Amino acid sequence: MRKSFLAENPSVLWFLACLGLFTLGVTLLAEATGAGVISTSFVKTLGKVLCLCLVAIAMDVVWGYCGILSLGHFAFFGIGGYAVGMWLMYARTETIVTQNLAERTIPATATEINDAIATQIFGVVGSSEFPLIWAFSHSLFLQLLLVVLVPGLLALIFGWLAFRSRVTGVYLSILTQAMTLALALYLFQNDSGLRGNNGLSGLQNIPGFEAVPQSMISMAFFWASALALALGYVLFARVLSGKMGSVIRAIRDDEARVRFLGYHVESYKLFVFTLTAIIAGIAGALYYPQAGIINPAEIAPIASIYLAVWVAIGGRGRLYGAVIGTAFVSLLSSWFTGGGAPNVNLGFYTIQWTEWWLVLLGFSFVAVTLFFPGGIGMIFDRLKKDAL
Amino acid sequence: MSTLLELSGVSVSFDGFKAINNLAFQIGEPEMRAIIGPNGAGKTTFMDIITGKTKPDEGRVLWGEKSINLIGKSESMIAREGIGRKFQKPTVFEDQTVRENLAMALKNPRGPFEVLFYRKSAEGAARIEALAEEINLTEQLTRKAGELSHGQKQWLEIGMLLAQDPRLLLVDEPAAGMTPAEREKTTEILVEAAKSRAVVVVEHDMEFVRRLNCKVTVLHEGSVLAEGSIDHVTQDPEVIDVYLGR
Repeated sequence: MRKSFLAENPSVLWFLACLGLFTLGVTLLAEATGAGVISTSFVKTLGKVLCLCLVAIAMDVVWGYCGILSLGHFAFFGIGGYAVGMWLMYARTETIVTQNLAERTIPATATEINDAIATQIFGVVGSSEFPLIWAFSHSLFLQLLLVVLVPGLLALIFGWLAFRSRVTGVYLSILTQAMTLALALYLFQNDSGLRGNNGLSGLQNIPGFEAVPQSMISMAFFWASALALALGYVLFARVLSGKMGSVIRAIRDDEARVRFLGYHVESYKLFVFTLTAIIAGIAGALYYPQAGIINPAEIAPIASIYLAVWVAIGGRGRLYGAVIGTAFVSLLSSWFTGGGAPNVNLGFYTIQWTEWWLVLLGFSFVAVTLFFPGGIGMIFDRLKKDAL
Repeated sequence: MSTLLELSGVSVSFDGFKAINNLAFQIGEPEMRAIIGPNGAGKTTFMDIITGKTKPDEGRVLWGEKSINLIGKSESMIAREGIGRKFQKPTVFEDQTVRENLAMALKNPRGPFEVLFYRKSAEGAARIEALAEEINLTEQLTRKAGELSHGQKQWLEIGMLLAQDPRLLLVDEPAAGMTPAEREKTTEILVEAAKSRAVVVVEHDMEFVRRLNCKVTVLHEGSVLAEGSIDHVTQDPEVIDVYLGR
């Protein structure tokens, strides 16, 4: 079955080969494992881009294939990040606190240790007690479970309510946007239990691996991200192949007709929405330890809109298009905003790319939507057509 | 011939306008039935009610041996009960091949997980080949549905309907925009289908209806005006008055 699936979808093999070569190349050039041409911070950037590519293919499945323009998938991404971040912060603070208290002559009680950890983490928001949602933060396993469960359940409930009422098109987009906004605003509050606008920080320090240099840790996360992207790609390609893919695309094109064929359209949408939300959560859980910090601004509606822009520029309805668009735009973005691009002096005005990059991005989005609906991925379609 | 579908006392109004007014209708299995009527007679609403798209204000829609009430059931549930519908404008999935279109319609479990783990079977493939032959699209199986001619799209949609293996087919203006040769083929397909199922054809074209050679129901202002053979209804003074005379 698997073999025939890959044989029927040569583009999946091509993608895996390219991703493998890229991973190998970075490994050979990185500081920790190779020639040292690529700095640790750039390895982290590349690893983060891979996670963004993973959430982008999820977005492509839900939007490009199933026709649901969700402007909330970055919220699921952020939730995944928060879930893993809670354990990272708890475990690291626990290590520090236990070390400090060990110097005392009278050994600290469990309650004292717990209070000290809570004060350390929640001091910035004026609290010294663990909120209820941190109940599982001591356990890596449980928090990893939450990475999958919370986005999955949220998507399931939200999707069930929305799809059941047959909310579609732009109204659904607005609803998902509202969900994201509500979540971000909630997290901004100091008493949300997740440190308000401070967010969670120090996530790059992995408890238990203090002795391992960051260059090596960043490599490990890079590999994990590449593996996750590969698995996610194969998973989605499998879901989209054959009859399931046929029905999903049919729902995008004419959902009323699909209903009259006897398919319960809402179940399919719910399946796609929930599955992609879970993958988005996993991508977020891999992203934020590489970013080192997560705060509510990450979940702001604009992030989910970026996601749609990446997929559109890459070419929606093609998994590789989403990957190309995301890698291209996000790397270009860090080049422009990081001061990599030379400013253009027009004599009367200097174009500073750190500010004008967004304008450029906006124009490219409009141009792609109007003139190249297939995005960058269209180039590959042309090549494929020529080859036949 | 036993009764397959029975509507009684069905009424529905949109913003005060009575689209269907105390309608009674029966069809057996197998049977071919043509429905004619002027614009606004309620033909499309009639189909919408049976297929679950529109919920009537009152009345009953009973289906099958067990007389299940169809009102309140979802479109997909009604479709799975065995009612297939063909729209006036051909609606096929243009982005997908003829084979994919037919495969989607093929009678199989419809749940997301069953579809996800669905495996292509030789039986299914044979069924698709047979259907393609029946609707004259064997050569076009691997082409995208969007590339087909208007008439071929109509056939594909009829083919998808047959693939569902429904007990009742609702066909809205199948001959619209077809060449005479295509019409003849369409008539053949429908007559063949009506040998084993109930087929309801809504049509404007009297010539086409005459060729179907079946019982005709005339709708007017949301209720049945006359019923009988084509010759019977065309000679009915009331029918001539509201419909044919214009």
